Amino acid sequence: MQQLPEIFPLILFYGWSGILIAAAVGVITARNPVHSVLLLVLCFVISAAIWLLLRAEFLAVALVLVYVGAVMVLLLFVVMMLDINVERMREGLTRYAPLGVVVGLLLAAQLSSVWWLRQSGLEIAAPEDSLVFEQGNTQALGTLLYTEHLYAFEIAGYILLLAIVGAITLTLRRRRGLRVQKVSEQVAVRPANRVRLVRMPAEKDE
Amino acid sequence: MNDSRSRPGAGDRIRAVFRTFALWELLRGLRVTLKNFFRRKVTLQYPEEKAPQSPRFRGLHALRRYANGEERCIACKLCEAVCPALAITIESEVHEDGTRRASRYDIDLFKCVYCGFCEEACPVDAVVETRIHEYHMENRGENILTKERLLEIGDQYEEQIAADRGADASYR
Amino acid sequence: MADLLANWLGFLPPEAIGALIDLLAVLAVTVVVILCVAYATYMERKVIGFMQLRQGPNRVGFRGLLQPFADVLKLLVKEIVIPGRANRWLFLTAPVLSLVPALAAWAVVPLFPGFAVADLNAGLLYLLAMTSLGIYGIILAGWASNSKYALLGAMRSAAQMVAYEIAMGFALVGVLMAAGSLNLGVIVEKQAGGVANWFILPLLPLFLVYFISGVAETNRAPFDVAEGESEIVAGFHVEYGGATFAMFFLAEYANMILIATLTAVLFLGGWESPFAGLVGRQWAVVGILAAPGLFWLAAKTFLFLFVFLWLRATFPRYRYDQIMRLGWKVFIPVTLVWIGVEAVMSVLQVGPFK
Repeated sequence: MQQLPEIFPLILFYGWSGILIAAAVGVITARNPVHSVLLLVLCFVISAAIWLLLRAEFLAVALVLVYVGAVMVLLLFVVMMLDINVERMREGLTRYAPLGVVVGLLLAAQLSSVWWLRQSGLEIAAPEDSLVFEQGNTQALGTLLYTEHLYAFEIAGYILLLAIVGAITLTLRRRRGLRVQKVSEQVAVRPANRVRLVRMPAEKDE
Repeated sequence: MNDSRSRPGAGDRIRAVFRTFALWELLRGLRVTLKNFFRRKVTLQYPEEKAPQSPRFRGLHALRRYANGEERCIACKLCEAVCPALAITIESEVHEDGTRRASRYDIDLFKCVYCGFCEEACPVDAVVETRIHEYHMENRGENILTKERLLEIGDQYEEQIAADRGADASYR
Repeated sequence: MADLLANWLGFLPPEAIGALIDLLAVLAVTVVVILCVAYATYMERKVIGFMQLRQGPNRVGFRGLLQPFADVLKLLVKEIVIPGRANRWLFLTAPVLSLVPALAAWAVVPLFPGFAVADLNAGLLYLLAMTSLGIYGIILAGWASNSKYALLGAMRSAAQMVAYEIAMGFALVGVLMAAGSLNLGVIVEKQAGGVANWFILPLLPLFLVYFISGVAETNRAPFDVAEGESEIVAGFHVEYGGATFAMFFLAEYANMILIATLTAVLFLGGWESPFAGLVGRQWAVVGILAAPGLFWLAAKTFLFLFVFLWLRATFPRYRYDQIMRLGWKVFIPVTLVWIGVEAVMSVLQVGPFK
């Protein structure tokens, strides 16, 4: 890959950030919930692109794969099935606005604290780690996850598994007397099980 | 049917598992289509190739004449009576020579079901169904064949019509 | 070729020349893919025709070879009807959204030794991401059409694609375990040296799962419930006509060729020759046969494309619940078990883990 002029990534960053913010605003202001979901998808895609600028290719692709490819599809699916009354949703907007402002302020404070930390000279990120760029982001991440952070990684995995099992047990509903296909039995059936060929003497005309 | 027959046994089940994972039945199905892939194709390239036609084929209608040029139709209206689709309309008049003739003989091709009853009913073999089946109309009203048009068709194809009647004569 | 261009355009900065060469590569691959799609439709009609004892299209050009162009021309001059109360903007975006990922996925496919439009290290992940995006076109088409049939088709396809994506992903995990890389070029190189080194042998169940899931991902028969013309007319694209329909068509076939190519790349050694390990290169003819090249990839792709059509000509459509059962209860367990088997293989150092 050629070394691009310095200004080019900057233009891309600010262009994409602009679209990202506009789309994020659109998510909460769009009248149609399906439009909201689609704008959220756009947000994810643009975030992935910005991550690509940071050469975090694994994270970018994973974001697209997991969030855009699977989670948002299901969300979109649900939103399309719902019969949402837009007027009623509008009413809620003013009622919950104060809460939203508080949450927003909290988030802003958190983000600015990162900025403040960096200003104070504390080393919080090593953007030009040579190892990462030599091996590729994916390999570096994998090496780290499976060596240093193995326990944390495994525990996170088990928690997710528990969540899946929990969700299934909570929604599982066994109904009695249900007539269900037993596919394995159907597949195992041979013609001899169902059809009996019998030899019969021909009937004579009296 | 007794129960032991309808329930597959353990051996059947194990065999079924193996067959399922080997996609056995799918492969058998695929074999059939592959065999047909290499078989000779039966398509008829229609305008260039045509299927053989029987002399009894029932297509476009025609009115015939005798060899001396006289119309066969005597306006007996038997065809009109027998027509199940009510496609035939006949009006009769007295001809100059005192015989009864059709002054109007219309067949509505949109109503006609090409059953051939008119041809069978005709005592003088006047109305016939020819082998022509590739015809079309371009204007409204052309679907009604008038007497003139029917005679025209008859004159045009008399040779084939006569040959077809001849080929079928011994069965009538 | 690249050097020649660099000479001609010496007055431009090197970055611009690099970008231009990339652009040309993208253009070349896209045009070739679209041409392949055109002839894939022709091939489909011919193959299915032959299997039904018909001759298929044979009127336009010699043996109907110009049929695809006649079809394209017809579709492009047709009117695009936008249904009343449809979401106009989304209705027109949906075909684009289904076509773009189908073509974008081709960027990482290694076509011949040392060439892929973008030689990504995370190529396999990129592919998974792109194929999972194709679903948006279908869902949005179904929703924006404001039609019951279209919505039903979109629903079915969404559930189906999410289910089979997982099986497909696990099959790919098996491949990347065997190859030790996410880079598709490296995966092909790992399979060099004749049929014995191809991944199809040690990963046979994954190969079957991958290919069948691929058929399901592309919504092709016998998994074409999203279209299901005998049940829901044409599914998600009932309301589309003319150029918009052509785009869905293009996307479907581009995806089909993509899956065929990927199966060849991941399991049958891509551009590697099947005779590579058997003979040396001392004889001219045999040497050519044993040499790797685009030809071998094309031949393998053609084979899988034929299987796609063969399946369509043979099997009746799956019922929706059977599709779900096959995806969740058969394919995913099979892939998981085989990944375990691979782990054992790698400990014992057999097959590709030597």
